[in-house]
Amino acid sequence: MQFENINAFFAMGGYGFYVWLSYGVTALAIVLLIILSKQKHKNTLLAINQRYTRELKRKEAAKQQQELKQNNLSSSEVVEKTNESTP
Amino acid sequence: MTDNIQNLNNLSYRSAFMLILKRDLTIAFRHKDDVVNPILFFIIVITLFPLGIGPEINTLSRIAPGIIWVAALLSTLLSLDRLFKSDYNDGSLEQMLLSPHPIFILVLAKITSHWLLTGLPLIFIAPLLAVLLHLNENSYGALMLTLLLGTPILSLIGAIGVALTVGIKKGGVLLSLLILPLYIPVLIFATSAIDTAAMNLPFTGQLAIIAALFFTTLTLAPFAVSSALKVSTN
Amino acid sequence: MWKWLHPYANPETTYHLTGRIIPWFSALTIALLTIGITWALLFAPADYQQGDSFRIFYIHVPTATLSMGIYVGMAIAALCSLVWQLRLADASAAALAPIGAVFTFVSLVTGAAWGKPMWGTWWIWDARLTSQLILLFLFLGVIALHNAFEDKTSAGKAAGILTLVGVINIPIIKYSVEWWNTLHQGATVSKMGKPSMSIDMLWPFIFCYMGFVFLIVVITCIRFRSEIISRNSMRPWVRELVLNQGVK
Repeated sequence: MQFENINAFFAMGGYGFYVWLSYGVTALAIVLLIILSKQKHKNTLLAINQRYTRELKRKEAAKQQQELKQNNLSSSEVVEKTNESTP
Repeated sequence: MTDNIQNLNNLSYRSAFMLILKRDLTIAFRHKDDVVNPILFFIIVITLFPLGIGPEINTLSRIAPGIIWVAALLSTLLSLDRLFKSDYNDGSLEQMLLSPHPIFILVLAKITSHWLLTGLPLIFIAPLLAVLLHLNENSYGALMLTLLLGTPILSLIGAIGVALTVGIKKGGVLLSLLILPLYIPVLIFATSAIDTAAMNLPFTGQLAIIAALFFTTLTLAPFAVSSALKVSTN
Repeated sequence: MWKWLHPYANPETTYHLTGRIIPWFSALTIALLTIGITWALLFAPADYQQGDSFRIFYIHVPTATLSMGIYVGMAIAALCSLVWQLRLADASAAALAPIGAVFTFVSLVTGAAWGKPMWGTWWIWDARLTSQLILLFLFLGVIALHNAFEDKTSAGKAAGILTLVGVINIPIIKYSVEWWNTLHQGATVSKMGKPSMSIDMLWPFIFCYMGFVFLIVVITCIRFRSEIISRNSMRPWVRELVLNQGVK
């Protein structure tokens, strides 16, 4: 152990400000980098997930629309048929 | 008709080079402001420095080489946008890339025309502006020589940056971020050559290094430009 | 060699492999850095000339040397992706750029904080500091170019070309800055003498250095994974992965 007490440790032989500044900045920058990298991973996953759900919704909507159309078509056919039969 | 196309395909490298060079020069002369504005910018930036620093002759003559060279860097940067942008926008760049001639020739021709229109005028204007900045009398030769060897390097390296950013909408600011760090060696050796000449010492060493830089960029930059153009036009 | 490498060029395998090694490497990094920094701050002797300010050395030198190493690594990855069309090399170059920028920034700040008590000013136009500053600009340029493209593939290619141009220029810039610095020697205050490292200084340094190396590996893996899935987002395996993870 190089320092006699905790105060001497923080003072760093008069260079405390510079030493702690550089260690602090390093720690802050690296922690930020790690947090941002993890955040980015999560965001990428979320974005892809959103795209999939949107795609699924769109497909479902398209399907429904098609079904509706088919229903309409069949009903109009029915109407036509009834029209034909009336005269 | 087919004969014509055959002829075009059989163009020698030299005539292909000359064809593109002539085409670019004609286009540039039709839009004269594109040629004149960077030069005006060069002049105005240089006149701003004495206003900001003060008119003392000693200070000005001490910093004159740096000012002239930095102004040259910036005005080259401004004019670079013209190099590929309009050809990219109207699709002729893609056509050129599809032509049977090596892209190397095409790129070299375009860079040459850019240098003829921006680098060359600087060489003639710089001595006049150097008078305004009280540049040391011994340095004029060095100034002209470094500009003669250095401005082609600026056009060559700049072309890489433009080729990379031509497809991006707001490429202008990005271009300066990409290119300016790469200009540093030219700036250092050119200004030091001028400084050495002011002390009446031989500056051939610096000139030789700038010449070496010139030939290295001349051989390597067109390859980088052509691969960058392929990425950008995609 | 290519046969052996081939399975690792598969994005899915690599994704899962990096996922498995991250915890191990993080543990290793934390252990190495804790030992190294505690040793450096508490037990390493003070330098006989520079006193306790020498303790900045243990983070300044690793980050400074590794930042250059990261650029070279990025250039090698860029070359592989341009020549052999390896998509993964491209992704790793993209993952490395921000790490390099942060390391360069850290080395600049610690260099300034070390310079203030040693030289009396925060900044001098010292050759090494200046070329480090230019390296930071090069990193920022690569990152900016990468972000400017919408399409990841062309972003990777463009950034790769810029990286290669930069790596040819780095020795030239370094040489020219050094030369420029010797020319304008007048302004420099006392040059920092090469600190003679005793053995009790060397060991904490080695621990810190290796700790930073593994730190780079861990962060690269994290970023690399997000690059991989964003490049392969239409593949079935990514679909499965995302759907399995669900919305958190």
